[in-house]
This record gives sequence, C-alpha cells and structure tokens, in this order.
Amino acid sequence: MADSDTLLEIRNLRIEATVYAPGEKPKNALIVDDVSLSLERGKVMGLIGESGAGKSTIGLAALAYGRGGIRLTGGEIRLNGREIRTAGPGTLRSLRGREVTYVAQSAAAAFNPSKRIMQQVIEATLHHNLCSQSEAEARAVELFRTLSLPDPETFGKRYPHQVSGGQLQRAMTAMALCPHPDLVIFDEPTTALDVTTQIDVLGAIKAAIHETGVAALYITHDLAVVAQVSDEIMVLRHGKMVEHGTVQQIIEAPREDYTRALISVRAIEHEEKKPTAEPLLRADNVTARYGAMAVDVLSNVSVDLFAGQTLALVGESGSGKSTMARVITGLLPPRGGDITFEGKPLPPALKNRSREELRQVQMIYQMADVAMNPRQTVQTIIGRPLEFYFNLRGRKRNERIQELLDAIELGKGFADRYPAELSGGQKQRVCIARALAANPKVIICDEVTSALDPLVADGILKLLLDLQKREGVAYLFITHDIATVRAIADSIAVMYQGRVQRYGTKSEVLSPPFDAYTELLLSSVPEMKLGWLEQVLATRRMESAGN
Amino acid sequence: MKGIPLSALLGMTITALFFLAAIFAPLIAPYGMSQTIGDVWEPASDAHWLGTDNLGRDLLTRMIYGGRTTIFVASAATLLSFTLGAVLGFTAAVYGGWVDQGMSRLNDLVMSIPTLIFALVVLSVMPVTLPILILVMGLLDSTRVYRLSRAVAVDINVMDFVEAARLRGEGQRWVIFREILPNALSPLVAELGLRFIFAILFISTLSFLGLGVQPPMADWGGIVKENREGIVYGIPAALYPAVAIVTLSISVNLVADWALNRTTSLKGGRGG
Repeated sequence: MADSDTLLEIRNLRIEATVYAPGEKPKNALIVDDVSLSLERGKVMGLIGESGAGKSTIGLAALAYGRGGIRLTGGEIRLNGREIRTAGPGTLRSLRGREVTYVAQSAAAAFNPSKRIMQQVIEATLHHNLCSQSEAEARAVELFRTLSLPDPETFGKRYPHQVSGGQLQRAMTAMALCPHPDLVIFDEPTTALDVTTQIDVLGAIKAAIHETGVAALYITHDLAVVAQVSDEIMVLRHGKMVEHGTVQQIIEAPREDYTRALISVRAIEHEEKKPTAEPLLRADNVTARYGAMAVDVLSNVSVDLFAGQTLALVGESGSGKSTMARVITGLLPPRGGDITFEGKPLPPALKNRSREELRQVQMIYQMADVAMNPRQTVQTIIGRPLEFYFNLRGRKRNERIQELLDAIELGKGFADRYPAELSGGQKQRVCIARALAANPKVIICDEVTSALDPLVADGILKLLLDLQKREGVAYLFITHDIATVRAIADSIAVMYQGRVQRYGTKSEVLSPPFDAYTELLLSSVPEMKLGWLEQVLATRRMESAGN
Repeated sequence: MKGIPLSALLGMTITALFFLAAIFAPLIAPYGMSQTIGDVWEPASDAHWLGTDNLGRDLLTRMIYGGRTTIFVASAATLLSFTLGAVLGFTAAVYGGWVDQGMSRLNDLVMSIPTLIFALVVLSVMPVTLPILILVMGLLDSTRVYRLSRAVAVDINVMDFVEAARLRGEGQRWVIFREILPNALSPLVAELGLRFIFAILFISTLSFLGLGVQPPMADWGGIVKENREGIVYGIPAALYPAVAIVTLSISVNLVADWALNRTTSLKGGRGG
C-alpha cells in the first residue's frame, strides 16, 4: 500500500493504559483512540493539543514505545513500510536511534551531567556502528554549525552545565540528527525556553530540518510555534483527532470549533485604567541580592501599583521579576530602598510584619500543584486564612468557603477534595480562592498561567479580571508572556538583568519607539501567521548586517 | 478493610497476636512467670508445650512474659525516639541556620559513638531499671530518626505551600505539625517498622549481655542467655526467642510496607 514517499503511516492507532484509582478495581483507560496519520519523507507534521490530548503518546508510538505502563493495543504503525507496533525488541533496538530519533522537552534533564556533550551527541551513531568515531564527530561539528551553536569545533568538549538551556536544546537536536535518521520526534522542544531564546532555537531547528531533509513530528501546545515549522497540522483532543490539514488551512480556515478556540485564544480585550493620584503599593529604588552573592539581582527598581489595577512585570528568566515578588512579600529583605503600602513603609522582613500587613498582600504561585499541601482538603486550604485572619469558625466559615468556591466558578462538591483530585486549572482556581479568602488589596501573581494549557489559562485570566472588577483587588502580575500582558495589564514594567528597562502605562510601553530589548522581546513572541519566523529572522539579520 | 493485600493481613494478624499475648500475658500463660514446676530442660510435653528452661520453669510461660517485657520496652523506646527525633529534626529543618548546625553536629557527635558501647557504658553506671532502659534506648535511637526527619523536612520546607503558610504569618508550630508532618509521614512510618525491630534486637542484645532486663523478669534476650548452654546438648530452648523475633520482625515490616504504600498515595491516604 505504502508508496515510496510515505515514511510513517499510522492507521487506527489505539493506545491504552491501566488506571489504578484508589478504592476501585484497576480499569482500562483509552489514551489514544483511532488516530491515523501519514507522513511523507522530508515533511514536518505538527501535533497540537492541550495536556492529556495524547500528543506525546502518539509521538512516542512512532518509536513503538509506550511510557510507564502504556500499551499500544491496536492499529498499525508502519515505518519505512515495515510494521513496528508488533515488532520484537531486536528490531526496535535496530531502528530506534537510527531510523527514528527523539528530542525531549527538557534538555537539561535529558543530558547526563557527567559526560561531555560530544560523547552524548554521537553515542547513538556509534552504538549502531554507522560510522567511525572521527566521522561521527565531524558530522556532529557540522550539525553544531547548522544549528548556529557558538564555536562548533569545541562546543562538544563542554559539559552540559557549561552551556545555556537554548544551546543544550540545540545540542539535543544535533544528537537526534547525527545518525542520519529518517524521522525525528520533537516533543515540546522550545516550551521550557524564554521567548527570546525560543526564536533562535526554532530558527535553528527549522534550518536543520530543511538542510538534512529529515521528516519530523513536532509536538507542542503552542499553535503559533507549530505554524512556523510544519507543513501539516493535526489537532488532537482527548486522544482523538479533531482536525487535520495544511498549516494554511488550519490557521486561516479552521473547520472545527475547538481549533477556532485554540486560534483565538488570548484575544481578551481589556480597557486600560489610568493611574490614580496615590499608589497603593510603591517600590522605591529597591536593590536586592541573595546571600553573599556579589551581584545585585535587583538594582534600583521603582514601580507603583495603583488600587484596583494591574501592574505587569515582564522579562525572561533571570531578569529579577520573581525576586521582586520575594522582596515585596518580605521573604527577601532588600539591601536598599523601601516598599510602601498605602503611604506607610512595610517592614522589610517577613517576621517583622503584622498579621494585618501580611493579610493585605497575598500571593498566587506558578505551580499550583506544589502551592497547596497535598494532605489538606480544599476546605482546609481555603478555610485556614479565614480562621487565621478573621477568626471565622464552624458554619460561618463553611458558608464563606462556599461563597469563595462560587466566586472561582467551582461550585459544590469541591470542598472535600484533595488537590490531587483536581485538574490543573481547578488547582489554580483554588489557589486564587485561598488568596481571596484573606480579602487582600494586592495579589501577587507569579507566572500563574504559564503552567496551564492555553484555553485553561484563558479562563483563569478572565476570572482574574472579573474578580478585579468585583473586589477591586490590585494585581502585581509577573510573567514572561507578552500576550498575557496585553490581555490583563494596566501598566507594564519590562525588566532586564535586574533593572527596569521600560516602565509606563500599557499603551505607552507597547507603542514605539522601543528600546532595543523591548523590541527584541516583543518581536520574539510567536505570531499565528505563516512565515512569521522567516520574517523576524530576516529583519534581524538585516539589522545586524547594517550595524 | 477491603483492598488490603494478603501479606499485610497476615502481618497484621501475627503482629496483633504477639501484642495480645503481651498484653494479656497473666491470663494466657499456663504457669507463673518464675514458678519452678519441673526438671531442668524437660522436653516438650502436653503439660509443657515448649518444655522447661534451665531452672525447670515452663518455657512457654517464660516466652509469653518475655515477649511482654521485650515488646513493651521496644515500643516505649521507639515511641520516645520517634517523638523526640521527629520533633527535633523538623525543628532543625524549619529554623535552619545556627539552630540546625548546632543540633545536627551534636547529633553527629552522639552518632559517632557505637550505640551498643554507649549503652553498655551508661547502663553500667546507672541502675538498670525498665524506665532507664527505655530512656537510654529511646535517646540513642532518636539520633537516627532525627537525621531522617531532618532530611525529609528540609525537602518539604522549600515547597511553595510551606512558603504560602509562612507568608500567611503562620507560626513554626503550624508549619511543623500541619504542613510538614503530614507530608513526612510515609518515610517515617517505613522507618518506624524498621526501628521497632532494631529496638527489639537491641533490648535482646542488652539482656543477653546481662545489662538489660534483670532476672527474675523474663525477656527474649534473657531466655537465650539462660538457656544458651543447652544448645550443646541439643536443647532447643534458646532458639525459641530467635524464632519469635524473626516472626515478629517480618510481620511488622509487612504491615509497615503496606502502610507506606497507603500513605504515599497522592489522594491523601483516604482510599484503598
């Protein structure tokens, strides 16, 4: 059946796993249900969907591999015309790392920290006896160059901790491409990177795919990213295919509602509010560093947060935005500068703050999973601030808990659940309720949506805006995501290396003329249109040539 | 009770039997603890199921009373070591800095002296009574529990939910008992089973060396000591305590394993 151009053909794939729910008999869960796809040589297909959609599972199925008890129970997986789902371990060993390779999401976790990069990049190639060590090394250097890694000749001599996250991700791409595979599986290769790094890695991956003529499955939850590298896109949800088409068709004329929702995500309209006379919370010339470090993590940061408004702190990792939250909450007393709340200075250290001062500033974390005690029920988690700050007990407390649960749109039946029994979005809602329970004037939101799927994140942002309207609470919103900032902020502070690079109302900050860093940051945010990547990279090349 | 694996059920049954026998020893034992009722080292018979010991006392009676003493001392010592070790370990982890350094180095100091020798030295100058025995064993064992609890608590202490509690203004007591303790239970429970068995071995060793439970009170180590010469003549009296210790160890650990599985469940340990 398969003509010579078809590299990978998956037909009616069915993947199951056994779920061990406590108190119940183990039962079968269908992870992937009746998914078919076919990939031609040299083409790139994007698999997209939210977490739990089965996209990684399908990606790994192309290696005939099932992670953690997952069983490939039905259908066909044909690679190079050969059925591999039912193939024996010997056959699989000979094709994995040779015909098909894999690039994982977290390169930092995927590399062995005690071996040099070169050794790991050529390992599979040597294992399969594809060529001699020196040939493999020459090939690796070639790939380092294609992936625009610095000093390609000596790059491989370094250890994984000696290179940046973006470089490591490219090194892993080199590792995957080294044995001349026919197919590479990219599993969220840029998700853990900053936008400004992501664009370089994306560009490098795309160039490498183009030059080596390899076919790829590109798995991600970010439609704008996948649109830049793929020829076709398959949208998945709950293990089923929703829609499949060319990139152009999916972006410009999606057929299904779900795809349309994915495309229009983050299109929240938010009317910017003007600063009032007196700021609610003011950071004045704050300078901070950790322990005995010789470098300031924050230097001379001054920002104002006005009552009932949102101030967004934007920047990439290491820019000091989370440190700012630690200074404001008192976890890290600043070396210099003041934090004033309603005109009165806040004591710098947490232990010197009164209960009332603590109540006014609440915090919501990025990882809702670890921000809640897994041994406490939702009732205890939300109820504790009520007891602690307002001394509410018994029925009054329970009524207030229910009010808060209604406010975060969770309703009845959630009070007795443990965090593990909630979905990612629900967890984050409970964390919001816990913050609201204290009736604070300020809530610090530290990357609260970045661990969530786009649609869920959208819901959380809408909820936060809605609560702001009703309760008049002010948000200090820490994020690296410009789209989120556009949706929610009234004023913006762009941070870079511990300094405020640009600060003002949203319209001021987001309109030209830009400074160099803000320009870079803004232009790095993937846009949902074809050819965006090339356009941006071309502009940058022209600019650097012009300089 | 459904959903408990067979091994855990077996372990629970046997452990329960041991504890029941210990608690109701005076009711179960066929004779008095130090009553001489026959010849030296009589073989097993209908009147004496396990035979008699080196002084002509009923061995089954001695085993039951011996189990009572051994299990009581071991449980009390384990309880003491866990309460003390866990509270101190959590405190060190939560306060950190100099408090942690001071406590941990002191702990290292105590741990650097072999436990048995330490215990022998202390017991040779102190009057050997049950409370002193329990105190010495409990204190020495708490150093091990301290290290484990501190290590576990240090990890939990940096989690966001602990930070959230601190930001709320909670005191150290809430942080230790409400945030850290419930999350540290599973490794501690696993350790509890193991430590209890070590305590039984420890008290038996001490008694065997003559610095543990003093005659005429019976305990398993003492029974081995009293009857060890019989082994030469093919008298199995000294082996019964060994069998008892092995059976109890295995059963307790079967229960501990199951408890570990249960408490590590992310659903808060409610289900199965």
